[in-house]
Amino acid sequence: MLKNPEAKIVGREAWGDYVLLRFEAPTISALARPGQFLMVRVADGPYPLLRRPLGIHLRKDKALGVFFKIAGEGTALLARKRPGETLDVLGPLGNGFSVDPCLAGKAVFAVGGGRGIAPLYFLAWELRALGAAVKILYGGRTKDDVPLAARFRDEAFDQVLTTDDGSAGREGFVTAALEEEAGKAAPAMIFACGPDPMLEAVGRIAAARDIPAELSLESRMGCGFGACWGCVQRVRVDGKPAWVKICEDGPVFPAEAVVWDKDAR
Amino acid sequence: MTDLSVDLGFLRLKNPVLAASGTFGYGLEFEPFLELERLGGFVVKGLYYGPREGNPPPRLVETPSGLINAIGLQGIGVAAFAEKILPRLRSLKTAVIVNVCGASEEEYVRVVEFLDGCEGIAAYELNISCPNVQKDGACPAFSPEATAAIVREVKRAGRRPVITKLSPNVTSVVEIALAAQEAGTDAVALVNTFLAMAIDVETRRPKLGNVLGGLSGPAIRPIAVRMVWQVASRLKVPVIGVGGIRTGTDALEFLIAGARAVQVGTANLVDPDACLRVLAGLEDYCRRHGIGRLEEIVGTVKT
Repeated sequence: MLKNPEAKIVGREAWGDYVLLRFEAPTISALARPGQFLMVRVADGPYPLLRRPLGIHLRKDKALGVFFKIAGEGTALLARKRPGETLDVLGPLGNGFSVDPCLAGKAVFAVGGGRGIAPLYFLAWELRALGAAVKILYGGRTKDDVPLAARFRDEAFDQVLTTDDGSAGREGFVTAALEEEAGKAAPAMIFACGPDPMLEAVGRIAAARDIPAELSLESRMGCGFGACWGCVQRVRVDGKPAWVKICEDGPVFPAEAVVWDKDAR
Repeated sequence: MTDLSVDLGFLRLKNPVLAASGTFGYGLEFEPFLELERLGGFVVKGLYYGPREGNPPPRLVETPSGLINAIGLQGIGVAAFAEKILPRLRSLKTAVIVNVCGASEEEYVRVVEFLDGCEGIAAYELNISCPNVQKDGACPAFSPEATAAIVREVKRAGRRPVITKLSPNVTSVVEIALAAQEAGTDAVALVNTFLAMAIDVETRRPKLGNVLGGLSGPAIRPIAVRMVWQVASRLKVPVIGVGGIRTGTDALEFLIAGARAVQVGTANLVDPDACLRVLAGLEDYCRRHGIGRLEEIVGTVKT
């Protein structure tokens, strides 16, 4: 992991509250794997103080991209950045998804909810390069929350789109689409990123059908590299539940290891 | 070439910049970002005798120029530290200070007795001021008697110098510092975090799993400087200043107020090389002011 305090922004796209920033960070880019994240400064001074954890959305040549939703002061400041300006980024951090060569020629699902789609774009391209048949299951609240749907379609990814209100794609949760699609033809592997209730449901669906699944957890973080122990999730370690650091031991966990039930902790 | 070294009496530091406990992991987490040997030293994350679970999440909330944490001293315990971490720290030419925790006087003593059997530790920092482990944020550093009792027991049991880390959540930090000195502490470090709370107004729930937490970061710096100044003007033992330091200028405020060394805390989480930025700032200041020995400026505030 490395610090690049002056990664030059080379591209910006925005769709309502969703923003994609591309920047040049050659050394970090060379090391990056899907599912890893960056810690990004949003201001130069002490306010807002902390970096923001953002999943690596894409890698193209020497450039990396982050895709995020404006959700507060920090991301609002980040959204104001323009090409030509610089970003202070730390990374790549965390463990990443298992992009296993044995998935070549197999069907895999990538399930994303809202801004949780961010790391799945990078993953989808890496899986495609490997020769896996990737199906994107992309869900959001409304048509405004699935801004990347057109891109997945244009890039010829097999995609199932859902919105809670039916304003785009199928009406309902993305997990309902997952249940249906997995019922038609079970994939070799499920990868997912999104809000906790969605991930919990993905884990349950995968377990019921005996499909291996990896979940990328979202969390606020202090440092992003294991020093503060601020971002923890209940995870079974050697069969025993423990508070495990999302930044260092995750953010990607095998679905069966994550403990969601507050009573079983 | 400026001499940045400082003398704590029991320990000479190559420079006054220490990384603060709880913000620097066990040190090794920072190796990808900086040469640990450039630091005056670092204080590893607090250790109880055994492993400790810590608090339920959320454990962090960001506030204006600050951070409230309620980690709850999750940690690996002394045996795992001695086996897995310390052998990798021992060869470093920098002061490794171990932050010592205890749920009772006896536990502080047990931790120190265990660590006394290990080489490669420069001093103990007594953590009697964490606001996240007892009900209502209480801690031994609230009371001169409880503070003195722990210091006395640890000094009696252990062979190494003791730094006592004090809480700012008291009426008179001077009174507690004097009690620690009387009981034989070799230095005091102040301040630990300020007891704090944040509420999500949408749900009306506390933002932290532990309800209360400790506020750190630039927001607290002026209060910490004030407390360091008050304590340093009354104590004979050296004072180590902690609280919101991000830059050389910030560190200089504490040194000029009377601190002989400083600890950089929350800034390490934002910039893992923050200690080096502080060091560079100190060097630059000395150059600009023609100061040959940085130690000369300690306690020189003109009041």
